[in-house]
Amino acid sequence: MIIGLSHYLTVAAILFTIGVLGIFVNRRNVIVILMSIELILLAVNINLVSFSVFLHDVVGQVYALVVLTVAAAEAAVGLAILVTFFRWRGSIAVDDASVMRG
Amino acid sequence: MILQAIAFYLLAATTVAAGLAVISARNPVHSVLFLITAFFSAAGLFVLLGAEFLAMILVVVYVGAVAVLFLFVVMMLDVDFAELRRGSARYLPIGLAVAGLLTIEMIFVAVSVAANGAAAHSTGPGLQQGSVTNAEAIGRVLYTDYVYVFQAAGVVLLIAMIGAIVLTLKHRVGIKRQDVGRQTARTPATGMRIVSIKSGEGIDA
Repeated sequence: MIIGLSHYLTVAAILFTIGVLGIFVNRRNVIVILMSIELILLAVNINLVSFSVFLHDVVGQVYALVVLTVAAAEAAVGLAILVTFFRWRGSIAVDDASVMRG
Repeated sequence: MILQAIAFYLLAATTVAAGLAVISARNPVHSVLFLITAFFSAAGLFVLLGAEFLAMILVVVYVGAVAVLFLFVVMMLDVDFAELRRGSARYLPIGLAVAGLLTIEMIFVAVSVAANGAAAHSTGPGLQQGSVTNAEAIGRVLYTDYVYVFQAAGVVLLIAMIGAIVLTLKHRVGIKRQDVGRQTARTPATGMRIVSIKSGEGIDA
């Protein structure tokens, strides 16, 4: 049994969907939404790395590194906004974040 | 080869199961721990692919930094998480429908790309030209052809750091802080007053 590119892509697709589903299911909890975004970015990374490996081109892994950086930065800024919001409102429910009337 | 298949299915199943647990756990601390599990087994998948450097980076960055950051925030905030879950089941059917559709679509695309795309003629996984290790191969392109991408990643991290500090820095009123400017601007003229007191009379301010 040979594990090919399609196997890795399938895992990444399932993980991506789990991330999207997590945003649906935990609509009110910002922390879990942030974790779902991390899962989505992990799925993207699996895609990049598996294509890079199967196409024998290392550049995909360079971009996976960039995606990793952006994910870390996003988590840091997202959690900082969350902490500020909690200090201000005393809650982290998404529904309470409506002062901008967006 | 069969060992590789077993390792792949084990790691893939762990990744997917941990991902499901992240979004369904009642306690966010458990969610963070399952997130660590998911990233760890994804790192195992990377090792299986032959991308060792990225696997180690994944463990260091996620388990060492991001997950700990999540844990700190989850434990710092005093939030009733059970209350936040109320009413979320209402969106479960449509969420599951969208998710199922999305998975099927993406798996179709993935399988067809793997069978007909540029990677169809691939001779299997592997990057090593000669005896170059994975980290060396990445280093050779990262610091030469892609040095601007590398620098841009650094700038993104710097901006994120400044942003996080600016967002969370709180200037409390009512506490005494050292003000170096005022300290050094003090002169004898502003800091003291010379009075001559007559004997036996005292002084009123």
